[in-house]
Amino acid sequence: MAERASDEIIRVVGLGKSYITAAGPFPALKGVDLTIRGGEYVAVMGPSGSGKSTFMNLLGCLDTPTMGDYFLVGRNVAHLESDELAILRNRTIGFVFQGFNLLPRMSLEDNVALPLVYTRIEREPRRKKAREMLAKVGLEGYAQSLPARISGGQQQRVAIARALINSPSLILADEPTGNLDSHTSEEIMALFRELNEEGITIVLVTHEHDIAVHAKRQVRFLDGLIVSDVLTPAHEVQPC
Amino acid sequence: MLGPMLGEAWHAMGSNKLRTALTMLGMVIGVGSVVLMMAIGQGAQYAVEQTISTMGSNLYVIIAGWTQVSGARTGGGYGFTLRLGDADAIAELDDVVTVAPVHQVAQQIVYGSKNWNANIVGTTPDYLDARSWALVSGHAFTDEDVRSATRVALLGKTVIENLFDPGEDPLGKIIRVRNTPFEVIGTLAPKGQNLDGRDQDDAIVVPLSTAQRKIFGVPFAGSVRSIMVKAESAEAMPLVEKSVIALLRQRHRLREDQENDFYIRNLAAAADTAAETTRVMSLLLGAIASVSLLVGGIGIMNIMLVSVTERTREIGIRMAIGARQKDILAQFLLEAIMLSITGCLIGLVLGIGGALLVNALTNMVIVISGGSVLVAFAVAAGVGVFFGFYPARKAAALDPIEALRYQ
Repeated sequence: MAERASDEIIRVVGLGKSYITAAGPFPALKGVDLTIRGGEYVAVMGPSGSGKSTFMNLLGCLDTPTMGDYFLVGRNVAHLESDELAILRNRTIGFVFQGFNLLPRMSLEDNVALPLVYTRIEREPRRKKAREMLAKVGLEGYAQSLPARISGGQQQRVAIARALINSPSLILADEPTGNLDSHTSEEIMALFRELNEEGITIVLVTHEHDIAVHAKRQVRFLDGLIVSDVLTPAHEVQPC
Repeated sequence: MLGPMLGEAWHAMGSNKLRTALTMLGMVIGVGSVVLMMAIGQGAQYAVEQTISTMGSNLYVIIAGWTQVSGARTGGGYGFTLRLGDADAIAELDDVVTVAPVHQVAQQIVYGSKNWNANIVGTTPDYLDARSWALVSGHAFTDEDVRSATRVALLGKTVIENLFDPGEDPLGKIIRVRNTPFEVIGTLAPKGQNLDGRDQDDAIVVPLSTAQRKIFGVPFAGSVRSIMVKAESAEAMPLVEKSVIALLRQRHRLREDQENDFYIRNLAAAADTAAETTRVMSLLLGAIASVSLLVGGIGIMNIMLVSVTERTREIGIRMAIGARQKDILAQFLLEAIMLSITGCLIGLVLGIGGALLVNALTNMVIVISGGSVLVAFAVAAGVGVFFGFYPARKAAALDPIEALRYQ
C-alpha cells in the first residue's frame, strides 16, 4: 500500500471544457490543475454551475476536454477515442452514482457482474467474483434478488460492489448519499472509509459539508475554477 | 460474449411480453404467408409438371390434314394424307426413338349389361412407350397382333370402372365394340387429366389393323389420323421436326408453293406454357406475401426505436461501466434479430400447418420445399438485421452523459 500511495493516479494540467450554446461558447471549466495520489480520499465541492460536474465527467472519461491534459495512472487520456475511453471506464474507474443506477430487471449478482461482461470474462468466474463483491459490501445471500426488493442503502452497496469488481485504480462517487437518509448515509460513508483504508483512491462529489468531512482532502470549485484545496482538519474528520 | 448477450436479449424480450408478441406477430404473419403461398404455388407447379410428364416427353404429334367432303372442309385430322408408310419412313430418321401411328375414334363399348362410350385408340405396340404408359396387369399386344389383326384390347382405368363391377378382374373378359368381340389382355396405369382437363384414362388401346378393319371402316386402308414421334432428347427435337417435315413433304410430293398437308405439334411446347404460367403465379404469390414480411420488419424497427428511447438510462449505465459502442450496437441488433427469428420460427410452423390444412380440406397439391423454408428464414434474419440496425446504431451513438441523465 505504501508504494501505491506514492503513485500519481490523477494529474490534470490546465484542464478546460467549453460547451457550444446558442449564445456562443460557454466555458464550464476554465483550466484547472490538480494532482491526486494513490490512496487519497478527496471530496469535490461547490455549488451548482461551479464546474464540478463537468470536472467529474472528465475525470470519469465520460467526456473529453476542449483544452489541457489529463493523465490517468500516468497516461494522457485527454484525447482518446470513445472505445478507448470505454475500456478505461471498464478497467480503471469505478462509478458510484447518486441514483444507484442498477438495472432493474437484473438480479443483484448480474448487476454486480455486468462490468465483467464488457471485460469478456466467462460466466462462471464472473458470478463467483460478483458473489465475493456482494459479500464484501455485506450483502451475501442477496445474489438473486432484484434491486427493487432491497432498500436504498443496500442498493448503493450493490452499486459500490459493481464499482469494485474490476479492481479499479479509482472510485468516482457522485453524490452517493444524495438519495439516502442520514443514518444510511453514515453507513455508506463508513464503507467508503474502509475501502480507502484498504488503499483504494476515492474522489467524491458532494455539496454537503457533513459528507465532505469524511474525506481527507477537500477541493472546492467556483465558476469553473478551483478556489480552495485543503486537507480536512483533523478534529473534523469523522471517526468510524 | 455472445452467450450472455443472447441471454440478455431473451430477457429483454420477456420483460414486455404483450409488446414482444405483437411485434413478432408481424413476422409470424409475414413468414407464415410466404411459406403458405410458396407451398400452394409450388404445388400448382408440381401438378402441372406431373400432367406434362403423363403426356410423354420429347413427343411430336403429326396430324393428318383436312379434306373436303361434298364441298365441306373437314378440319385437321380427318384427311387421308398420312399413311402407314409415312410412319415407317419416319422411324428410319436420325434421333427418332419411337414412332406410333394412331387412329382413334369414340365408340360405344359393351360388356354384359353395361355400356360406355370411350376413345378407341388403334395403334402399334410402340404407342405405350411413346406415351410412357405402363400396364397395371396383363401384357401389351405385339407387332404380331398388329399384323394378324388380333381382337385384343388394353383398357384404361375409367373404362374399367364403368364397365366392370368393383373388384371384378377384367383380364380375359370379352368386350364388344360395334359387335366385334375383343379380349381384354391388359389394364393401363392411371394417367389422370391432360392439360385440357380431358380424362386420359377414358380409352382402350387396340391393334391398329384390327381397329381399321373391324371398327373404323377406313375408306382408304393404310391411312392414319396421326403419328406420334418420340425424339431421342429435348435437344434433338428441333432437328427431328425439320427432318420429319422435309421427309413428309417429299413423300407427299408437295411443290414448293404448296402448304403442308399435315400438322406437326409439339406437346411439350404447349405444356411449357402452362408450366410457365404457374411458375409466374407462384412467384407472384410469394412476392405479395413478402410485402407482409416487409411490414413485419417495419414493426420491429418501430418497437426497437421505442425500446432504445425507453432504455436510454440503461444504455448510459452500461456505457459508464465500460460498454463500447459496438457492444451496445450488438446488444440491440441481437434483440431485433431474435425478435424476427422467433417470429419466423412461429410463422414457419403456422405456415406449414396452414399448408397441410389446405391440403387436407381441398385436396390441392402443396409442396413444402426445404428451399422455400430456408429462404423465408434467411429473409427473416435479414429483415431483423436490416430493420434492427438503425435503432441499434442510434443506441450506440448516444452520449453517455446525456444518457445517464435521462429520466
